[in-house]
Amino acid sequence: MIDFNLIPVLPEIFLSLIGMGLLIVGASQGNVSTRVICWSATCGLVLSALILLSVGWETRSVLGGMFVMDKFAGFMKLMIIIGLVASLALSVRYLLQEGMERFEFPILVLFAGIGMMIMVSSNNFLALYMGLELQSLSLYVLAAFHRNSMRSSEAGIKYFLLGALSSGMLLFGISLVYGFTGSVDFEVVGTTLSDLDGMPIGVTFGLVFILAGLAFKVSAVPFHMWTPDVYEGAPTAVTALFAIVPKIAAMGLLMRLLFEPFMALSEQWVQIIYFLALMSMFLGAFAGIAQDNIKRLLAYSSIGNMGYALIGVVAGSAVGAGAVVLYLFIYMIMSAGVFAVVMCMRRRGMAVYKISDLAGLSRHAPGLAYAMAILMFSMSGIPPAAGFFGKLVVFNAAVAEGYYILATLGVLTSVVAAYYYLRVIKVMFFDEPADVFDGPIPFARRVVLFICILFVLGFVIKPSVFIASSFNAASVLFAG
Amino acid sequence: MVDFPLLSLMTFLPVAGALIILMIRGDEEIVKQNSKHMALYTSLFTLAFALFMYTRFDGSSAEFQFVEQGGWLKPLGINYHVGVDGISVFFVLLSAFLTPVCILSAWDAVKVRVKEFMVAFLLLESFMIGTFIALDAVLFYVFFEGVLIPMFLIIGVWGGPRRVYSAYKFFLYTLLGSVLMLVGLLALYAHTGTTDIPTLMESSVAPHLQYWLWLAFFASFAVKMPMWPVHTWLPDAHVEAPTAGSVILAGVLLKMGGYGFLRFSLPMLPEASAYFADFVFALSVIAIVYTSLIALVQEDMKKLIAYSSVAHMGFVTIGIFTATTQGIEGSIFQMLSHGLISGALFLCVGVVYDRMHTREIERYGGIVKNMPKYATVFMILMLGSVGLPGTSGFVGEFLVLLGVFQVNTLVAALAATGVILGAAYMLILYRRVVFGPRVNDDALSMPDLSQRELGLLVPIVLLVLWLGVFPGVVTEKIGPSVDKLITEYNAKLNAAAIVETSEAGDVQGAGE
Repeated sequence: MIDFNLIPVLPEIFLSLIGMGLLIVGASQGNVSTRVICWSATCGLVLSALILLSVGWETRSVLGGMFVMDKFAGFMKLMIIIGLVASLALSVRYLLQEGMERFEFPILVLFAGIGMMIMVSSNNFLALYMGLELQSLSLYVLAAFHRNSMRSSEAGIKYFLLGALSSGMLLFGISLVYGFTGSVDFEVVGTTLSDLDGMPIGVTFGLVFILAGLAFKVSAVPFHMWTPDVYEGAPTAVTALFAIVPKIAAMGLLMRLLFEPFMALSEQWVQIIYFLALMSMFLGAFAGIAQDNIKRLLAYSSIGNMGYALIGVVAGSAVGAGAVVLYLFIYMIMSAGVFAVVMCMRRRGMAVYKISDLAGLSRHAPGLAYAMAILMFSMSGIPPAAGFFGKLVVFNAAVAEGYYILATLGVLTSVVAAYYYLRVIKVMFFDEPADVFDGPIPFARRVVLFICILFVLGFVIKPSVFIASSFNAASVLFAG
Repeated sequence: MVDFPLLSLMTFLPVAGALIILMIRGDEEIVKQNSKHMALYTSLFTLAFALFMYTRFDGSSAEFQFVEQGGWLKPLGINYHVGVDGISVFFVLLSAFLTPVCILSAWDAVKVRVKEFMVAFLLLESFMIGTFIALDAVLFYVFFEGVLIPMFLIIGVWGGPRRVYSAYKFFLYTLLGSVLMLVGLLALYAHTGTTDIPTLMESSVAPHLQYWLWLAFFASFAVKMPMWPVHTWLPDAHVEAPTAGSVILAGVLLKMGGYGFLRFSLPMLPEASAYFADFVFALSVIAIVYTSLIALVQEDMKKLIAYSSVAHMGFVTIGIFTATTQGIEGSIFQMLSHGLISGALFLCVGVVYDRMHTREIERYGGIVKNMPKYATVFMILMLGSVGLPGTSGFVGEFLVLLGVFQVNTLVAALAATGVILGAAYMLILYRRVVFGPRVNDDALSMPDLSQRELGLLVPIVLLVLWLGVFPGVVTEKIGPSVDKLITEYNAKLNAAAIVETSEAGDVQGAGE
């Protein structure tokens, strides 16, 4: 019997309609309507969040088992929508300032968002691949969105080529798993794998290829090479989007995949994820030291942060999965704040990206400097900022499962990484002032920054709300 | 007892003060004045709360008092839990006492970004008090680490020429130690299922795990203390920090290490503490002798006092790990007295530094003529640091030596040489600065202590003398808590020894 219950898919359907409607508006009105479309897209996202909250998050799968809606998917989607709203709100003024006022931008962001929402809800390799590609294709175009800039085009091409390669690996892995289990449905794959006596080598191969493809999406070492170049080359609005949202979707997908169909293979994948986490933390910490471009620095910081998040996956427990969700949530909000500051780095109408351009910021823009300092302390995991609690839950999950060495190496790399976060603070507070940045800060950016700071500082007062909801969300992955 | 949240009020009052200061707007001069006054009054109120707590503190009980509990990281079972016992009560008082002193000492010395300085100091006060009252290990860690943020900014923004290097060194050194402690804490949590300090004190940990945990905690506390050979951040941080920063660093921050040993290592990991005691003795003796010798050849006044701090902290670690009543009471006393004396000595250096803008011992000499009040105050503090009977410095060192003599006479003898060396470098410093040849005309034209400086130093001097003559005020209140600590420590050790012998018996029995 075919199940036509579309209620759990309503947020995605609604967003698609909004996206297509705005496309028609844009096509008829031209680029002058960019601002209107941006804000309409933002409103659309907020409305879809409301729809998401009202569809009910109890576990059910629809569309012939292709699409699953549960607390985990619901929570991850909520995070994705928050991230998209934040990055759209941050970008509007940036697009105008950089002369990239083209109406496709918000629409591509919307479509990427739909792709991501499908990713975290997919219960079937085909749905997974469709969601992933919808997201990736939109993001490739976005990376090259600054048509007149060499760097941006280069970033787009690089991202596309490596992304296509990783998609290819992912597909190859999926085909191997399909060949050995006879299904692309997660549940069937899961039961087949757990019933097998010996593990066929082909399935392990397939798993390795799938993980390689997904590691590319979360930019885990050794599949991270695109990250610094794309972060640097892409327009800052797009970099902000890259830093804030797609990693949540990719991590959500990775967790669903590993904890549901591939749980029986955990002995195999734990080693791989262990290695990815360790290498990401090390590279993120050490390679960041030598950077003088703030966007590249943030690229390495995101690589390192994904390493910490992967520690929670290694733990392979409900506590670990909850820790990853919380970690991603906190990381997303910190990144949004940091990019709000980076977007304010403009002199005489030009964006500047050198860390040294922040020199003496505490003298001429103390508010901005304090915000950035708080975010940097939070990123380096110093309490009482929110970033510390993200690290705390992740390391706690690892230690609880007996991964002492991984946790110890993790905290040690966080000290190394603290060095470059401190450098940003040092430049802002201890160095002699450079020129003043262009003002004033746009209203939307102020609001985003204010909310981020409020979250980072206020988290310590009432942490249990966030911890409970993210642990609750992750627990459904282990319900079966 | 009181039934309102006294400790929380005391801890978060400075934060509230800092928030109000941040909101001060207007003319630059007015902002400066208002933020100074606001900071001073906030810290004085905190001190008043602390004194009130002290008067209500029941010294005959070894239990935690003024306890407050509430939900915090609920899903993980980690709670907001604070309270004080005899071990922590004096550290809270010390923090609350030294903060207004520091704020007053910076009154004229800090000229740029006054508002930010006051905010940083108030936040620092909150974190310091929080560290000493926290009864949950994660809460303790949050405060313990949080201290780094304001201190990093205090050294880096208001420090001397090499401030950036020193600020980094301070931050990264301490962070490196602390994160290892975090892993240790999490491992302890994984094995006992709680981070509640009183519960942890009563639960026992398997011996093989204890050794690793002890080392993890040691990494953090030894750096904070600081013990040889991880003390090298201290001279740099002291030399570059502004006077107020040095005072609080020497006065309170160093004590967090010793407090950590008393709160975590000794009661929670007794077997490992006994096992590593000789190791600690060795490091401490090296610290005492070696850093005293280094202090002898210093040309920079602040550096000399910084090295003397390392030596004095060596006595503290020895005292703690003797696990005798005298040793532990002595080390707590030594920490309090060192907090007052070295804090005041840094103030004394600050006094002449404000006038001459140099800390070179060479550049002074013969200032007793033009600064007689200063010479008197400095002399009492110097003698206190040397450990002259009648000052608080004597009580601490004497008790520690008494304690360690029962455990290890060699360590006692070697540590005692530190007292002699201490007398040597402090007396030399005093002679060269206060007496000595009258060659530097600018030094000879310095005005004597101002009213404000006198107001800062005299209370500390009186406290040093008072504690030296009536040490009972302190030892009476800390006595029950220390006794409880030692009784439980020995009980756990005995229990472990019984298990060990019975296991050995089992193995032998099985062998036969």
